[in-house]
Amino acid sequence: MSERATGAPAPRALPAEEGGGGRASVTFIGMPRSFRENAAEAVRNDQLGRNLRKATHTIRGKRARVVEELPDWAELREAGRAIKDHTLRHLDRYLLQLEEAVTRAGGHVHWAADAAEANRIVTGLVQATGESDVVKVKSMATQEIGLNEHLAAHGVTAYETDLAELIVQLGDDWPSHILVPAIHRNRAEIRRIFRDRMASWGRPAPEGLSDEPAALAEAARLHLRERFLSSKVAISGANFMVAETGTMVVVESEGNGRMCLTLPETLISVVGIEKVLPTWRDLEVFLQLLPRSSTGERMNPYTSMWTGAVEGQEFHLVLLDNGRTGVLADEVGRQALRCIRCSACLNVCPVYERAGGHAYGSVYPGPIGAILTPQLRGMGSELDNSLPYASSLCGACLEVCPVAIDIPEVLVELRARARHPRSERAAMRAAGWLLGDQARLARAQRLATRLRRLVPRRLPGPGSAWTDTRDLPEIPEESFRDWWKRS
Amino acid sequence: MSTREEVLGRIRRAVEGAPEVPEAEIPRAYRTEVPCDDLAGLLAERVADYRAIVHVVPSARVAATLAGLVEGKRIAVPDGLPAEWAGPVSQAAATVLADPARDELDTVDAVLTGCAVAVAVTGTIVLDAGPGQGRRELTLVPDHHLCVVRAGQIVAGVPEAIARLSPDSPLTWISGPSATSDIELDRVEGVHGPRTLEVVIAV
Amino acid sequence: MRVALFITCVNDTLFPGTGRATVSILRRLGCEVDFPAAQTCCGQMHVNTGYPEEGVRLARRFTEVFRDYDAVVAPSGSCAAMVREQYPRLAGRGEEGFAQEVARVAPKVHELSEFLVDVLGVTDVGAYFPHRVAYHPTCHSLRGLGLGDRPLALLGNVRGLELLPLPGAEECCGFGGTFSVKNPEVSAAMCATKVGNVLETGAEVLCAADNSCLMHIGGMLGRRETGVRTMHLAEILARTEARA
Repeated sequence: MSERATGAPAPRALPAEEGGGGRASVTFIGMPRSFRENAAEAVRNDQLGRNLRKATHTIRGKRARVVEELPDWAELREAGRAIKDHTLRHLDRYLLQLEEAVTRAGGHVHWAADAAEANRIVTGLVQATGESDVVKVKSMATQEIGLNEHLAAHGVTAYETDLAELIVQLGDDWPSHILVPAIHRNRAEIRRIFRDRMASWGRPAPEGLSDEPAALAEAARLHLRERFLSSKVAISGANFMVAETGTMVVVESEGNGRMCLTLPETLISVVGIEKVLPTWRDLEVFLQLLPRSSTGERMNPYTSMWTGAVEGQEFHLVLLDNGRTGVLADEVGRQALRCIRCSACLNVCPVYERAGGHAYGSVYPGPIGAILTPQLRGMGSELDNSLPYASSLCGACLEVCPVAIDIPEVLVELRARARHPRSERAAMRAAGWLLGDQARLARAQRLATRLRRLVPRRLPGPGSAWTDTRDLPEIPEESFRDWWKRS
Repeated sequence: MSTREEVLGRIRRAVEGAPEVPEAEIPRAYRTEVPCDDLAGLLAERVADYRAIVHVVPSARVAATLAGLVEGKRIAVPDGLPAEWAGPVSQAAATVLADPARDELDTVDAVLTGCAVAVAVTGTIVLDAGPGQGRRELTLVPDHHLCVVRAGQIVAGVPEAIARLSPDSPLTWISGPSATSDIELDRVEGVHGPRTLEVVIAV
Repeated sequence: MRVALFITCVNDTLFPGTGRATVSILRRLGCEVDFPAAQTCCGQMHVNTGYPEEGVRLARRFTEVFRDYDAVVAPSGSCAAMVREQYPRLAGRGEEGFAQEVARVAPKVHELSEFLVDVLGVTDVGAYFPHRVAYHPTCHSLRGLGLGDRPLALLGNVRGLELLPLPGAEECCGFGGTFSVKNPEVSAAMCATKVGNVLETGAEVLCAADNSCLMHIGGMLGRRETGVRTMHLAEILARTEARA
């Protein structure tokens, strides 16, 4: 982080590979290392630590207060879980119903098996309008597939309009949080980014810009205003899609979503197939679960709902698989597809709080990212193989998840499939052998007792991971089992 | 094989043998009706929590209140604004533009509309593009949105609102002014949407 | 009632005093305690590190050792949670009959404070410990087992004990089993926060229902020479005026 802030080579996300038949999604370049190495670097960065701590603690407090307000929170959560499970079990049926409803209402539905196909479809739709600029509503799905980079390679500039996404885009940076992607930046850093970079993307930052959040928000308003009013094409994601009615739902705060969804002549929404809900009524559950879990408000400032082509607009829906059906096939892991991207799990995660979002090397950071990323793109890289271990299994994520995703359960399941270092395998086998028989265990305990004075305060090699910061416990004179036998 | 068939095929193979969660067994033990004996009062409190401006006035005083709020201003109004408001407002305002085009919208001081439903518990007003509400951009481009809520339009919770609304027309749920918490989680009112939301609740 | 003590491998090997304290409390309350010698480990480390086969072998062994007791008491929230919460999930990985064994044994396993409060119906065990104590609710005892305020109720009735509220009590200490060595930097950073919060209380003793977490926090308290001791809940509850 500090490197980037001081002008090291700008990191860029790579678009998902062209033409690849399988799963593909963006990996942050310059971050091929393991979670441990990424996180260790973040831990050393005091400024980042302060930014993250302040932000996560603020929002978790807000969430707790508004969740507390609802006496039926547990029942809403149970309904949310069950609706998602039911939908996923019959996903084919609901997607077909959705397609029919959207089409009936004048929209066009496209299917994309992977990132490359989705990028190709969207780029083709934009090119057909003759436009070379598009405005974007914050969307996880389009980040996952690297759409902006793909569009750029085909001569189309995508302008992010969410304030945090704008900060990330202007700063040549990566998002580090699902809800507040620039959570790793403080106001002084944001002012510098606006001052230095706005001019090359459009209207420059106002003279004498201060680092007050209100002034920075005003600068973003001015920077994007003209673009909103003149853009002909917008690209969005969606929080929910209702199969029964064909209705799309976008939940937001700033009004940039409304601007993009309402003003342009052509609207393209790229949405993961798991975002479908069966009925209109189901929104009564999710419009309570999502805002309170996400921004910690009773309701977010703006929610837009539209069905097909409205008010003379042309509407395209791109349904994205990109590995989701692979997740769906996994008995334990499929619950990750219930996720409504609220980010409550990030905000309570003590590991996320120290490691920051970039350490996860994916647009999906935090606990949900640790189970989603390895499932969506496999565990081939060192980073993806290490993600299931990016947790102390403390369970705070499960406790706040509005759709009751048992993240620790999935983490443990993924760990069973991870590649393990040879030395660890040997140690685990040895421990298993030792613990497989009480006599062996007793002999080892007595041996440890005899050698207890020889244990150094600081261990060499892998043991130093513990003893660098913590003392070892003293080995007792006698194990419990020997005491029991004797007494 | 088309991508559509391919994706559907993958889904069918993926869920084969997965446990059934019958629709009828989805537990809906949450509250679908929230008891509340002062809907207007709760709505006023919750809308004000978002730092919106709230006026609670007797129905008979709405027109006069609106006239006072728009006095000397350049105002946009949608088609179908109730005549009992439209008259006094056009007298008081400096200019009234009826359903103006986009470039004109960016020049007004405020837009005045009614709404379809209001949700007391969450402090939300919902517009459904019906008469007196207008196209979506009408309440988006102006920097100040003045919205009238009639007592009969207020429901307690989200489930009651969903039951009243129809997705056949585009809906905009508005809870306070445009806001962001993207900078250090500090809430700032006013980014791209109207920076001032003013709600007149008629009781 | 035939009460078996599941001491846990960590307590057996490194913290035998916790086991002796548990025996002493249970005997004081009139329980006949047995220690099945064939017991070793619940398998948590293996399962949570990604070695379910070894874990299932140990789980299988656990169910065989404890199948005929009326109740099994463990002075560890984490190991009790492993048996009660995770064994049922492992059931599918085991041989035939394993699932039934899990269903038979798992519900009989209680963490110590659960056993005292829920089964014996006791919140005052007659203990005496005249010190300032902070209690850290470990993640698996808090969120896994849902111990709630049972340990606090027990500590609240210890004569002479001054219970001090721990800021950020519900946050993980960063141990997480092998997490502490696989991600040592983050683990230590989490522990540093916990240690800071403990010091803020002014407590002489930090208490918890899990020695593994206490080993972690205590390791840093010791390295920093803070003078704050760590003690398992059982060891405080075992202290009486006679022994003090």
